[in-house]
Parts: sequence; structure tokens; C-alpha cells
Amino acid sequence: MNCKETYSIFPLGDSALLVNFGNVIDEAVNDKVLLAFYLIKSRSLPGITDVVPSYGSLSIHYDIVTVQTWPGGGKSSYDKVATIVHDVLNEEYELLPYTPRLLKIPVCYAPAMGPDIGCLARYRHLSVDEVVRIHSSRRYRVYMIGFMPGFTYMAEVDERIQVRRRVDPRTRVEAGSVGIAGKQTGIYPVASPGGWQIIGRTPVTIFNQDFTQPVLFQPGDEVEFYSITEDEFNDFNPGHNGYHTGHGENGKPAPGH
Amino acid sequence: MDTIQDMGRMGSQHLGINVSGAMDTYSLQLANALLGKDLGAATIEMHFPAAEIRFDHSTIFCLTGGDFSPMLDQISVPLNKPVLAQRGNILRFSKIRSGARCYLSVMHNLRIDRWMKSYSTNLKAEAGGYEGRRLRAGDRLDFVAPHAFDIVLTSNYSGALGWQAGELPRRVDNRFKILRGNEWCWLSASSIKSVLEGRFLITHQADRMGYRLMGPKLQQEGEQQLVSSGVKCGTIQMLPGGQLIVLMADSHTTGGYPRIAHIISTDIAALAQLPPRNFIRFALSDIDSAERSLVERQQFLEQLARSSRIKIERFLHVYN
Repeated sequence: MNCKETYSIFPLGDSALLVNFGNVIDEAVNDKVLLAFYLIKSRSLPGITDVVPSYGSLSIHYDIVTVQTWPGGGKSSYDKVATIVHDVLNEEYELLPYTPRLLKIPVCYAPAMGPDIGCLARYRHLSVDEVVRIHSSRRYRVYMIGFMPGFTYMAEVDERIQVRRRVDPRTRVEAGSVGIAGKQTGIYPVASPGGWQIIGRTPVTIFNQDFTQPVLFQPGDEVEFYSITEDEFNDFNPGHNGYHTGHGENGKPAPGH
Repeated sequence: MDTIQDMGRMGSQHLGINVSGAMDTYSLQLANALLGKDLGAATIEMHFPAAEIRFDHSTIFCLTGGDFSPMLDQISVPLNKPVLAQRGNILRFSKIRSGARCYLSVMHNLRIDRWMKSYSTNLKAEAGGYEGRRLRAGDRLDFVAPHAFDIVLTSNYSGALGWQAGELPRRVDNRFKILRGNEWCWLSASSIKSVLEGRFLITHQADRMGYRLMGPKLQQEGEQQLVSSGVKCGTIQMLPGGQLIVLMADSHTTGGYPRIAHIISTDIAALAQLPPRNFIRFALSDIDSAERSLVERQQFLEQLARSSRIKIERFLHVYN
């Protein structure tokens, strides 16, 4: 397994570069992005300040002044980082440098929690129950996290329940809201404005600044949703249900339930 | 709006946690350098109208960036110069003379909790800085070791001390250097010409997230769409209507609009000091010169911090 000849490198301004694998939402392309993400991160190179995966590319941020001190003579910091990236991505790897976790996320699909689910069902000529069944019967991948702290971009949503973003975005979407936008599904970690079609809500804490790991998800995680009632939503206890309360072992969330 | 900011929160962008940090990182570092502090120490970033600040302990402070006509009690105090404040002195800002953001650094370190390796306020996550929010009337920022140097600092004198930064570089025009973005080639030939020759107005939609510009309407060649991909402070995106937005310190980590260019790091600081209703222009630059100007700037700041450290130590000894 390697990333050979499947990417190109381009500057992202003067203090970051972009490793492009493809401008697509595609599992095989994202495999390469995630492989590159974990490989570069595991090197812990001084001066590399951030490594950020997205659907089809990886941005690598660096401190120009620190990278100047790397060996390599008079080359620019950009060239030095690009060279290392090429070296890392052209090696052959036996194993994935990470093991995807499976997280099972309870979702209440009641209309009070998912105000757009009825509309989506009518638009797609399905019953609400069918929408729930279709949405919760697939395993999704966290392709990337972006837009706001902890916002997960997951794919790929079954074609039968795909729907475009709302024409007029909401000024407030509640924390935990589960939405659909085209082939993507995602969870709003905190209350915020948002344009995705909201079909339900999870009682699981996605973002809490006081947790050792403030964000529940990591890029590459796999996610399954399961349906819960409003009563179960209200009775949900993160500790009892195996989700982190901020005091778990090493502060890591316990996946599954 | 006044918030605590440092050089930003690095290392958590893969979790969607954006960098934040000072809009004008040059002024932030300059304020710290003149006090001989770590260049990236936490400061207060202020927008006009800015806070009125009472010193409950004597300290030395330094203001940089925008000139908001600072007065310590009834006496004007300069920017870019360390100033001795006595217990009870009140710092006020009466009128905006230039710039858009003023930075206040104090010699004593502020007692603030670090969050994810940074003191910066992340307004979106409501975390970092002072309770994750902007400062409000009545807030109290404590010093770490408030009584350190009390004997030296407590006197009848308050006002400017005897050193300052040398002549600071001034911009002669509002031309900002850019590097081509990944989607630069999505622009039509005439739009490329417009970007390089046109002028762009900074609209009133200009804040810590980004500056929306108004200029010649740009066109995309072809129908390509971008799936969400990395962006950063300084990234210039083309919005669906053909106008541009420059992402600033509170930029998201990823975005879905074409990245036609990026403003080079050293020029972002100057842009951060330009308020709405100013026109800007762009000029193509290259990575080597962008890197060189940043390295030179950092060397200047490091040197200034070193010499200020000696001066401040000497000052504290002389009066000891």
C-alpha cells in the first residue's frame, strides 16, 4: 500500500502546502488522504504545525522559520516540506498506520428533533420510517472534520435519501443535530447556523472543550446510527451508555455501546 | 470587541478546531518584543471602541497596531514604546486615528488557562482566552505573581520609558502580494487580468472571519465545483457571485469555494489594520520572496526582544 504517483503537491499560501489526491468524494481517494495524514502526523516533524485531511486532499501547515533550520541548504521551506512529503508517500507500507474505530451513535429521528425528515420523506416518496431505516442501516466513514470544531463530514448517504442543502439556511441548528447534504451526512457538534437538512438528533456529546479529547470523532472513524425514541433520548446517560464523560481511560471515548 | 489572542492554536485543525490568534501577528509580536517577552505571549486584541482598563497593580505595558489615541489617566501615551503604569492608572482610548486593531501586552503574565496549547480565544468553540468569550465591562484579568517588581515599579512616575522600536516599515500603497491558489487556473483569462489590475473595496462585511471584497465581477472557466478542502488565513476564495473573500484569523479549517490565491504571511498583518471602505490591489509574488520577508521580519522581532530584555532588566535594577 502506498500513495505513489496518485497525488500532486501545490502551495497553500506561503506557510502550508496541499497534497491533492482528487477533487472527489470517493472512498479509495480518501483512503490515500487518510494514509498520508497518519503517516505525516506520526513523523512528528519539528515545524509541521498542522496536518489536515479533507475529502480528496491533505493540507500540511508549517512554520517557515523552523523548517529553514532543517538540513537541505538554501532550499525554500516549501521545497523542504515537499521533499519530505514525497519521501514519506513513496514508501511501501504493509499495514494501515491506524485502525479505524467503529462508533455507534444513537439518533432520535422524531420530528421535534429532525424538523426536515417529513419533508425529505415526501420529496423522496418514502415513509419517515423508511428514511430512518435507510439512514441507520449503513456504515459511514468520517472523511474529514471541518467547518467548525468537531463537525464531521460523513459519506456516503444512500441515493434514495439524498437531498440538497436547504435554500434558506437556519440561523440556529441545535447541538447534536444530524443532517444530510447531498451524499454527505454529519452531526452539528454545537448549536450554530446551518444549511443541512436536519433529520434527527443525537444525545451524545460531540464536542466539549473540558474533555481531554474535546472532539468525539477522528478522521477515518466509522460510524453507525441507530434509532432511539424521544424517551430514550431524554434518559440518555453518557456514562451508562459507554460514551465519554471526560474522565474515561486516557480521556479517550469508549466506542460503541 | 476585545479578546485575548496569541499566535493561534496549532495542531488541532484536523478536528475542525480553527487557529484563531491575532489578526495582526506582527503587532502582537512587536508589543511582546518591546517588553522583552516571548514573541507569541498572550495579549489583548482590541477593536475601537476599546475597553477602559484600570491597573490594580503597577506594571509596564506596550501598545502596538492601530492608534486609538491612548491616554493613561489624562496624559497621552505613545504606541510602540513601553509605558510604566501605576496602580490605579486608567488606560482609555478616545478616538481612532489609524488602523483597525490595537494590541496591549503587559510585562506581568496574565493568569489565563491554556486550551489546546494556546491562549487564543476561539469564539466559535467558546473556548480559550478569557472564558472563551470577548471581554466585557467588569472583567478582571489577574497577573501571575502580581507583586513581582512592586518595589521597583511603584513610584510617582507613570508614562513612557526610554526605548522603542526603530522606524517601522510603512506601506506606500495598498498593494498586497499574493501567491497563486490551487484553483487560480479556474479563472477566465479576463478575470485573471481583473485580479491583477483591478481594485477591490473592503466592504463592511469585514471581521475576524474574513474580509468580503467588492470589485470587478470574476468568472470561472468551466463548471468545476470544489469538494471541501483546506483553507487558511490569507486564502482568497471566489464566491458564487464572482466576488472575493479574504479569509482572516478566524478562518474555517476547510472550505468549498475556489481558492484563487493567498495573501503572503507578512502582508496579512497590514491587511488586518485596514478598515472597511479602503481599496486594495493585488500583485503576484513567489514563495522564495514570501518566505524571505517572513524570516527577515522574525529576525528583526527576535533581535528587538533580545535588546529590550536587556533594557528592561537594567531598568528594574537601576531602580532597585
